[in-house]
Amino acid sequence: MKKALQILTFALLLAGLFTSVAIAQDDTPTDDEVNAVAKQLYCPVCENTPLDVCPTEACRQWRELIRSQLSEGMTEQQIKDYFVANYGARVLSEPPRTGLNWLVYILPPAIILLGAFFLFRSFREWTKASATAATISAERSEIEASSPAKDDYVARLEEELKKRK
Amino acid sequence: MFAEFGYGVLLVSLIVAIYSGIAAVNGALNKSAATVESARRAMLLTFPLISIAAGTLIYLLVNDHYEVAFVYEVTSRSMPTYLKITAWWGGQAGSLVFWSWLLAVFTSAVTLRKWDRDIEFLPWVILVSSVTLTFFLGMTAFFENPFARYWVTNGNVAPSMFAPAGATLFTPQDGQGLNPLLRHPGMVIHPPMLYLGFVSFVIPYAFAMAALITGRTDDRWIRITRRWALWAWLFLSFGLVLGGRWAYDVLGWGGYWGWDPVEIAAFMPWLTGTAFLHSVMIQEKRGLLKHWNMILIILTYALVIFGTFLTRSGVLSSVHAFANSPIGPFFMGFVSLTLVASVALVIWRWPILRSETEMKSMLSREALFLLNNLLFISILVVCFWGVIFPLVSELFTGQKVTVGPPFYERATAPLFSGLLFLMAIAPLSAWGHSTVQTLGRAIWKSAAAALVVVVALFFTYTKNIGALVGFFLVALALFATTHEFWRGARARQKTQGENFFTALSRLMGRNRRRYGGYIIHISMALMAIGILGIEIFQKETQGALAQGEQLNVGDYTVEYRELASWDSAGEGVNHTRAVVDVYENGVYLGELNPRIDYYFDSQQNMTIPGQRSTLRDDLYILLVDWQPVSSAGATFKIFVNPLVNWLWIGSLVFLLGVIFAAWPDNDPNEETARRSVTRSNRQPSAAD
Amino acid sequence: MTETIPQKRGVPLWAQIAIWVFLVALLVLVGIILGKRQQGNVQPGDKIPDFSLPLFSGYEYAGKSEVKLSDFQGKVVVLNFWASWCKPCEQEAAELEEAWKFYEADGEVVFLGADYVDTEPEARAYLKKFGITFSNGPDMGTKISQMFRISGVPETYFIDQEGVLYYVKIGPFVSVDEIKSIVAQKIP
Repeated sequence: MKKALQILTFALLLAGLFTSVAIAQDDTPTDDEVNAVAKQLYCPVCENTPLDVCPTEACRQWRELIRSQLSEGMTEQQIKDYFVANYGARVLSEPPRTGLNWLVYILPPAIILLGAFFLFRSFREWTKASATAATISAERSEIEASSPAKDDYVARLEEELKKRK
Repeated sequence: MFAEFGYGVLLVSLIVAIYSGIAAVNGALNKSAATVESARRAMLLTFPLISIAAGTLIYLLVNDHYEVAFVYEVTSRSMPTYLKITAWWGGQAGSLVFWSWLLAVFTSAVTLRKWDRDIEFLPWVILVSSVTLTFFLGMTAFFENPFARYWVTNGNVAPSMFAPAGATLFTPQDGQGLNPLLRHPGMVIHPPMLYLGFVSFVIPYAFAMAALITGRTDDRWIRITRRWALWAWLFLSFGLVLGGRWAYDVLGWGGYWGWDPVEIAAFMPWLTGTAFLHSVMIQEKRGLLKHWNMILIILTYALVIFGTFLTRSGVLSSVHAFANSPIGPFFMGFVSLTLVASVALVIWRWPILRSETEMKSMLSREALFLLNNLLFISILVVCFWGVIFPLVSELFTGQKVTVGPPFYERATAPLFSGLLFLMAIAPLSAWGHSTVQTLGRAIWKSAAAALVVVVALFFTYTKNIGALVGFFLVALALFATTHEFWRGARARQKTQGENFFTALSRLMGRNRRRYGGYIIHISMALMAIGILGIEIFQKETQGALAQGEQLNVGDYTVEYRELASWDSAGEGVNHTRAVVDVYENGVYLGELNPRIDYYFDSQQNMTIPGQRSTLRDDLYILLVDWQPVSSAGATFKIFVNPLVNWLWIGSLVFLLGVIFAAWPDNDPNEETARRSVTRSNRQPSAAD
Repeated sequence: MTETIPQKRGVPLWAQIAIWVFLVALLVLVGIILGKRQQGNVQPGDKIPDFSLPLFSGYEYAGKSEVKLSDFQGKVVVLNFWASWCKPCEQEAAELEEAWKFYEADGEVVFLGADYVDTEPEARAYLKKFGITFSNGPDMGTKISQMFRISGVPETYFIDQEGVLYYVKIGPFVSVDEIKSIVAQKIP
């Protein structure tokens, strides 16, 4: 009885092994999974064509390559690294963040911030210029207005007006 | 015979263009009105001359003259006549003639206007026109000649204008035909519209140069320039939108804009052009920023020329770019001349361009317009650097890199959002003065309404933060702008006693520029809806289907029913058409017919999607042509593009808006009165 | 209104210098790139810089799985760029192998195949199909093809014993004799 049980267990385990292999083989990556990776890459030979839409034979082969790499368990990053090693950095949709390429990411924000800085500094100058001009004209009109005769009356009038502003 | 005739006329136009430039300078320096008049007549003459040359080329294209190299390259017997005509701009040589012809149209038109008040500008406008025309005609005549023909010498066939010694004419039986991607009604208007936009910026540029050279930098030049710039900007905007629509319909990527370097080269002048259109208003209302406007218009034209050079010389690698061409060095010379001359003139005349700038408040409308300019220029910086950097990388490291959509989208999204926000608040701020309180009072209702919309979207449509922020800004802009119409009409209604609709139409009619501008803003907000929808919520799937099998994406189910394949001999095409049934949540909607067209002459495919367009989304189905296609099984790629049709609706509203804005105002007396009133600071007409 | 006298200042010197430097740098950059684009591939007479080509396993040269151009000092090198997806390449594949077989024994000529932008399984299938035996390897990162500035495949570059390029063939060979006649220029 014990021996029969052992054989049965062994047979079941073996069957389970085959079944799991069969299930794993059904797992070929779908077109969508391939496209999700291919979308982020560019065709190495065409001009500026993303890899998921490129119609050439070569691109079809690369997509099949991605499919087999996905089924081997490579991650998206590993596949991208493989493509860069084989076909050059132009295959990525933006420059890898190394060396000179940092300029592409840093320069635009730097220039924009510089522009904003200049603009706001100019704003400051212009609003100050305007305020200075206003006080100059106000002072001038005060000086003109204080003639001895109407001095007191006018001064009081002006004060009243200022209070109402 | 015709080819030689066409080439001869082209050469004559070149000589006439050169003459007109020399005469113009001569006349200006020697103060001889007669010489300048002669220059003007010569410039006018270039139009009929180049038209004849162009007409000859079209004749050759339409009549199957395959001994002419250009005709061989872009046409074939199976192409319909209308496409043969559009093939005129289907290749480098022909499209250069097209450029020259458009240049001649505009420069002649400008010589026909009344010059009495601006007679000092005339010689210099003619000079700039002449130099530009000379370069384009020269490039055509000496480097990319569309009239060159094939000659056989000792078994070798080579194109040349005149027969090499001992050679005989070689006439191929049929042409190669236009690239199938170009055989589409879009070819009829997208390139011409785009070229119209590019070329028409010459005129404002010429006036700017004339103003700098003569030192007459008062408002006259900007008054003239503004109207030309608006039309140029309209053509350019429409050219860009049509390009997007065409790419969407034909390329099979389910997208409308790829951030390709050539697309960006066409987009950059649009950015500075838009900034210019806003900035000139400041000069008009407050007399400020003359120097900045000068820079903007020159920058716009410089970007046009620079972008055209990059595209046509082979420097940029792109699906849109023309192949490597001998015009490179010559064109480079022209670009350098244009840039150096413009920069030198602006620096020389800078002192008389400066004026005292006074700004009372950082929230005044002029300040917000300057912020608008900052944002547009920032987007320009991102685009320019993205296009130039691969060249820099190639030069210094030898490594080629691609700067693609992720870079541009990440960098420009906040900037475009800022512009949306400005679109909402700037119309509410006053010239000269605004505070946080006045703006807040003006906008709180629209902001509250926008918030309600967003909360509703949160519960019914999406929880994506980026999308919600985007929709909030769009709603804010839409509400704030329509509120302006409402407020103005109500005020008029109260004071004039008209009914609402009369009030509204009179209000708009009296101030076409402002309300046309608001309509354009509304159209931009609508386009933003479409862009947000497709960029954030697009779904796609691809799969191989046997007959009767189904693919699911979103709420849609697509079932492959049958396939038919037949030749259309007259057009030299083989059609392979699939019939698919479409269901939404189980409900049958109808059938779609994605198709593959195979062109025998160029041995290339074109995939035509089956599309179902509604306001809510587009269902877009493609037959994938690199996998086997048969009635047993075919591969389909399906896109669901939510809200994308708002992009096209927005562009139609845009067209209406620009036409409305550019149309002359109803009452000419009112217009002059309005202009003098608006010289001083004013508050918005009615308070809440 | 204001009483300030408008100041007629020109553009400050530092700004002028910055603008001109930027403009000139831009034009020079674009000009150089334009020059490069117009250059075409390397021409006969150019000295070829040393490069290294990793080889597919099974296609080693003298046991080495990676070779350098300098390894072949004193020999004629026939460097052929190809790809499995390239139809015209198939037209010359058999001819190249035949020519290789002719020269293999003497050891004075080396045939190298550089696989351009390809996938290994397809490349191997192609090599097997045409029975290729001479050393072949992938042009990793397109470094070698960029150095030669090829414009497509197939292209074949003939390098003499001193490492100087002496002949360029664009497109497929029509016959074995064509290949032999070119090699014969340096190996009488």
